[in-house]
Amino acid sequence: MRAVVTVTGKDKKGIIAKVSTFLAEKNANILDISQTILQDYFAMIMLVDVSDIKEELSVLAKECSEYGKSIGMSVYMQHEDIFNAMHNV
Amino acid sequence: MFTNFDVLETIEMIEKEHLDIRTITMGISLLSCIRDSAEETARKVYDLVCKKAEKIVKTANDLAGEYGIPIVNKRVSVTPVSMISAAFPEKAPLIGKALDDAAQTLGIDFLGGYSALVQKSTANYERKFIQTIPEVLATTSRLCSSVNVGSTKTGINMEAVKMMGEVFKESAKLTADKDGIGAAKLVTFCNAVEDNPFMAGAFHGVGEADTVINVGVSGPGVVKSALEKIPNADLTEAAELIKRTAFKITRVGQLVAKEASKRLNALFGIVDLSLAPTPAMGDSVAHILEELGVGKVGGHGTTAALAMLNDAVKKGGVMASSRVGGLSGAFIPVSEDIGMIEAAEQGAITLDKLEAMTCVCSVGLDMIAIPGDTPATTISAMIADEAAIGMINNKTTAVRIIPVPGKTVGEEANFGGLLGRAPIMPVHGADPSKFINRGGNIPAPIHSFKN
Repeated sequence: MRAVVTVTGKDKKGIIAKVSTFLAEKNANILDISQTILQDYFAMIMLVDVSDIKEELSVLAKECSEYGKSIGMSVYMQHEDIFNAMHNV
Repeated sequence: MFTNFDVLETIEMIEKEHLDIRTITMGISLLSCIRDSAEETARKVYDLVCKKAEKIVKTANDLAGEYGIPIVNKRVSVTPVSMISAAFPEKAPLIGKALDDAAQTLGIDFLGGYSALVQKSTANYERKFIQTIPEVLATTSRLCSSVNVGSTKTGINMEAVKMMGEVFKESAKLTADKDGIGAAKLVTFCNAVEDNPFMAGAFHGVGEADTVINVGVSGPGVVKSALEKIPNADLTEAAELIKRTAFKITRVGQLVAKEASKRLNALFGIVDLSLAPTPAMGDSVAHILEELGVGKVGGHGTTAALAMLNDAVKKGGVMASSRVGGLSGAFIPVSEDIGMIEAAEQGAITLDKLEAMTCVCSVGLDMIAIPGDTPATTISAMIADEAAIGMINNKTTAVRIIPVPGKTVGEEANFGGLLGRAPIMPVHGADPSKFINRGGNIPAPIHSFKN
């Protein structure tokens, strides 16, 4: 099972390090990362394998959002199927 | 595979444009609950609904968390109660109470199906059942009721139309302390559908399986935002964009419906393609029409803009879902759409224009507050007009109108929550009582004879 983690917000030091450490602690494995800066705006999208996480995906997704708030960023974790459904025919 | 742009677009739709799943509705057949007595039947009904829908709230919350999309309402629809209580129609309120209790136990906001299907004529048990509706709506909080009074195939049952005018009046009167909210939980239909997931008109048809999941999507805000990006496009291009947007919205509905039915051990019924507004800012169907350029909703051009919108939504949606059904059209409830509320307050939209709009989109005169002293026969005549539009045009139409006790034009009714608030709109003063009191049937139109 794979999920997409999206991190957006104002650019600052250590965002990737913090988010990837958090995901590692939760047993989520990062498969792909892409990241860009638009003006001062940071946007990172990660594809992560969540097959081995210890809690339900809906719970981890909520924790991700809360963690995001604690570092001043917006973080979303969503099952990849929602994007496959919406953007592929 | 999706691109980064796709990911950010989805998140923007959810975060800023109110994209959500409006409702997951579980349809449950109650036919197996019929027993010798009303008491025993009511007990069976309560147990069955609680058992079948036990996990609906948790499942919906799990899915919302996993996909990161809000699932606003979890609901249940059941077999029309008039059928379950046919042997003891006076005691049908016991079953209504059992259903309301079940809804409370489950933690869902509405349960639909305190309903009767009398499109051709009224059986004696149905007559008695319909008379229980006002009392039941006044003494329950989550139960919704609907009555089908006509269809293209059968014509219009004018005895039922007359009765329903009185039922609306009485339902409002018995809930006068809450601006007549009883009537807001009541719908009359022509061409009612058996798989509608939306309240107050949802019921579980007898042609359906034991347990079915129907899903209603939403997204007026997403459509409006998309149109804002092409302010000078011609209408062909606008229709194309609406289609593409509706496709994306519906795909989410399809995904959630399939997954929910799997987890809840129910059949995947349908995805309803209706664009359903809420009173929240940025979630209005009226504002889409205004974005298209009609000035204020209700002005000339509104019907044409709505026709285009409704058709484009269907074309995009049909491609996105394997099973489409329910009402599938744009909703234009006055009290539940901030753009409609504004237009009604300014007198920009009238009942007559709303009636015209229902010719080209689904539903009908929906959540409209009218003066409390409107005679029952006038309400019946409004129901007859809407039913005629549905009958002749082969489509569903409905009336959910609230004669607000003690209030009149210039005042406002406030129902709270999703039901919103509505300025009281004027009705025509001419007396249609002779027409309504004639009774009988309006025969089915010639084009219904297709065999």
